[in-house]
Amino acid sequence: MNPEMLIACALLVPLAGAVLILLAGGRPDLRESVSIITSGALFVSVVYLIPHVVAGGRPSLHVVELLPGISIGFEIEPAGLLFAAIASLLWVASSVYSIGYMRGNNESHQTRFYAFFALALASTIGVAFAANLLTLFIFYEFLTLTTYPLVTHKGSAEAMRAGRLYLGLLLSTSIGFFLVAIIWTWRIAGTLDFTAGGILPGRIAGGWIAVLLFLYIYGIGKAALMPIHRWLPAAMIAPTPVSALLHAVAVVKAGVFSIVKIIVYVFGTELLADGVHSGWLVGMAGVTIIAASITALYSDNLKRLLAYSTISQLSYVIIAAAILAPLSVLGAVLHIATHAFGKITLFFAAGSIYTATKKTEISQMDGIGRRMPWTMAAFAIGSLSMIGVPPTAGFISKWYILQGALERGSWFSVSVIVVSTLLNAAYLLPIVYAAFFRTGTDHDHAIKEAPLPILLALGFTALGTIAIFLVPESLLEYAGLLQASL
Amino acid sequence: MIAHLPILQVVVPLLSAPVCVVLRRHNPVWVLVFLASWTAFFIAVLLLNAVSRAGEIHYVLGGWDPPWGIEYRLDVLSAYLLLIVTAIGAVVISFARESVIREISSDRIYLFYTAYLLNLAGLLGVITTGDVFNMFVFIEISSLSSYALISLGRDRLALLAAYRYLVLGTIGATFFLIGVGLLYVMTGTLNIVDLRARLTDVEHTRTIVTALAFLTVGISLKFALFPLHFWLPGAYTFAPSVVSVFLASTTTKVYIYVMLRFLYSVFNPAFVFDVISLDLVFLVCALLAIFSGSLNAIRQNDVKCMMAYSSIAQIGYMILGVSLVSVTGLLAGIIHLFNHALMKGALFMCLACVYYKTGSVRLGDLRGIGRRMPWTMAAFVVAGLSLVGIPLTVGFISKWYLVLAAIERDWWWLVAAVIAGSLLAVVYIWRVVETAYFRDSDDAKSPARAEVAEAPLSMLIPLWAMIAANLYFGIDTSLTIGLAEQAANYLLGAGP
Repeated sequence: MNPEMLIACALLVPLAGAVLILLAGGRPDLRESVSIITSGALFVSVVYLIPHVVAGGRPSLHVVELLPGISIGFEIEPAGLLFAAIASLLWVASSVYSIGYMRGNNESHQTRFYAFFALALASTIGVAFAANLLTLFIFYEFLTLTTYPLVTHKGSAEAMRAGRLYLGLLLSTSIGFFLVAIIWTWRIAGTLDFTAGGILPGRIAGGWIAVLLFLYIYGIGKAALMPIHRWLPAAMIAPTPVSALLHAVAVVKAGVFSIVKIIVYVFGTELLADGVHSGWLVGMAGVTIIAASITALYSDNLKRLLAYSTISQLSYVIIAAAILAPLSVLGAVLHIATHAFGKITLFFAAGSIYTATKKTEISQMDGIGRRMPWTMAAFAIGSLSMIGVPPTAGFISKWYILQGALERGSWFSVSVIVVSTLLNAAYLLPIVYAAFFRTGTDHDHAIKEAPLPILLALGFTALGTIAIFLVPESLLEYAGLLQASL
Repeated sequence: MIAHLPILQVVVPLLSAPVCVVLRRHNPVWVLVFLASWTAFFIAVLLLNAVSRAGEIHYVLGGWDPPWGIEYRLDVLSAYLLLIVTAIGAVVISFARESVIREISSDRIYLFYTAYLLNLAGLLGVITTGDVFNMFVFIEISSLSSYALISLGRDRLALLAAYRYLVLGTIGATFFLIGVGLLYVMTGTLNIVDLRARLTDVEHTRTIVTALAFLTVGISLKFALFPLHFWLPGAYTFAPSVVSVFLASTTTKVYIYVMLRFLYSVFNPAFVFDVISLDLVFLVCALLAIFSGSLNAIRQNDVKCMMAYSSIAQIGYMILGVSLVSVTGLLAGIIHLFNHALMKGALFMCLACVYYKTGSVRLGDLRGIGRRMPWTMAAFVVAGLSLVGIPLTVGFISKWYLVLAAIERDWWWLVAAVIAGSLLAVVYIWRVVETAYFRDSDDAKSPARAEVAEAPLSMLIPLWAMIAANLYFGIDTSLTIGLAEQAANYLLGAGP
């Protein structure tokens, strides 16, 4: 197949999947087979695009001219392809996981759940492949809308409140800031295409740069930079597969990915190089990293803890992009990938514990490691990756980010990363310790491991986290390609 | 035949109206109205085609040359408006059949169709004519028939709403007539082109300024510009559902067209905006309309009433575009005429479907309706997103140009206001969506509620045609933007 068709495939497969899932609504086995096949087909179409990009190509697809001079179009560059590949690969794992989780917990409205899940993935691919700001914005908005029914899945008063916060924060920032920034960019630059070196240099000067950057950064609420982060812990009310794939990988990474793309391809690193206009961003990301880690330290609810951990890890990407050293920008893109594996493992484990025991609070999880050894082993691997110690994926990206920070002499970022590493260890390792070395209550004897699909998915992502570290050649080779493109 | 299209546009619905009274029986009447509406639509398409080739079309009534005789005159803006009104008319009539049987007592149905045709003919006449007194006559035809249409509502409050509209509408029409009279006194002509030529000499006289004031207030009353909007919520809420669809998507647009005609073609825009500073008045009223309309919409528990207040806010957006007095601003206003007709038409059609099945459009009765009427409510969600301005819907296109126009003038506070307004739309639309999908009805056990199923296909197909238009014109914008841009350039270029 030629690359244009592959792009069309990657966008249409999940859409078609959603329709088929709705049609197969009455028959759970068929429906879930469709879901898995769709995720597999999506992954394959994304993988087939890799050789084209590695060969130096930039496959593109022009769809329609939406406004005079502005098209809906897609162009594949290495960073977007990496993001799409990770999201689609982890969707396969999460489709398998969902079967165990949704059935294990007797969740209602499962057809709606699978259908919107597929739609959310289609939107994610659109964000990853977007050739210009308008296309990015369109799919960014779709991602918000398609994940809303997943957040309010339970339909309880609490879920509705969370949904309102989710939609309210994400839509008001995207319409209020992001869209305005895009229209402003269109007005001064006359183009919205992502261009190497940026489209703004020479067209904007002085304090306006900082204002526009502010509009973009806070317009992209999905990046969860403080103080626009509250929607993410609220979204944890969703079923765990949603928290795992969408609110640890697809949605939030779409946010930071957009920020990286805007910094590199809209502003251009040259324009921001002196740090005058982007310094505040480094500061704010640093504050977010530390503050979110401290909040995680004090939360007893496991999913809430993981959500705050995600907020802090997202700001790693932002701080790395804002330092603007070539190596740190590379680290930012790699961190999108490596964090994904680690964090999805942690969420899978949290969901596994919930399915097997209905426990959500960390204080109830003493000794659970002995009852659920596979789950907690995976959790331990995920934790190590969050902290960034070998032999896990998190180490690689952190290494690049630190190198970039040192190269720029940004001691603030270096110290933030060091302190947060300690904090990560402080909130994650005690959970692992308590699970394996403390004894639980007598009621816990009946606890067994979670259903097989859950363990399969969990094992896959945990092994992936280690494999990226042990066999880094292909990723590093790809990193070279990325660096050339950034 | 082709040469007579401008008059046929008006005459076809006008002469079909009395035939309805003769036919009386529902089926033949409906077929006649259906044919007349679609014929009007095809004539509008042909006219638009001719205008975009020729630039302007003139038609002289009865062979009396202007300025003595009545002249019909079409340019891009009027052809564009004809397209909006006739397209909505055609869709509404295709949709109306079942809904009318359900909501209007059977002995009055033929009256409904008669009044509808008169209303359509009046609106089309207002658009095509190039003579301001003739315009007044058509305004009266469409207004009187719309009072009748509203009063057909089952609820007794419909009579009150119609009466209120009658009183305020008549005041508006009288103001219009006084304005026209003053113009006639000073210039001795009623032809728009002629008026423009002769007004240049006398425009600074107090009489002309007074005429402008009467005309502005009179016309603004007709399109319900804040603070002259008090008739609108009641009229839209208590009218039969089909009437609400038609009025909400056509009447206000036509009167905004009349306003534009006077501001740009009769008066000299330089005089209106630079000397009188009418743009400032419009700007303030538009902003107040956006916020008061949206905030009131949020408070409503009757969804039809909510949509009516939303219309007041949306009229604010159109006038806001006009008040910016730039090509982009005017383009934003003109394109929103079309886009708002599509989205509000679709929203009111959804409500008509819900009312058809449940007999209520109160928020409390909509609990869990998303499950029972999946197609209707899916349409509501899409149309609602269009109202909010989510990309790939028509609403996004309007918002894009409005914000762009504000940025062009470096009015950042206005950007903030426009955005804030559209976020308020999220709030009221989401109140309905949440109720429909995520609240289960308490009285689900009562048989009346449980039996509610989807609306008939004869309603769903036109509804989804409307939704398809919302999406299509949100993606392929070459037609609408092209026309609106041409019209905006034409209006601004028409000034000296």
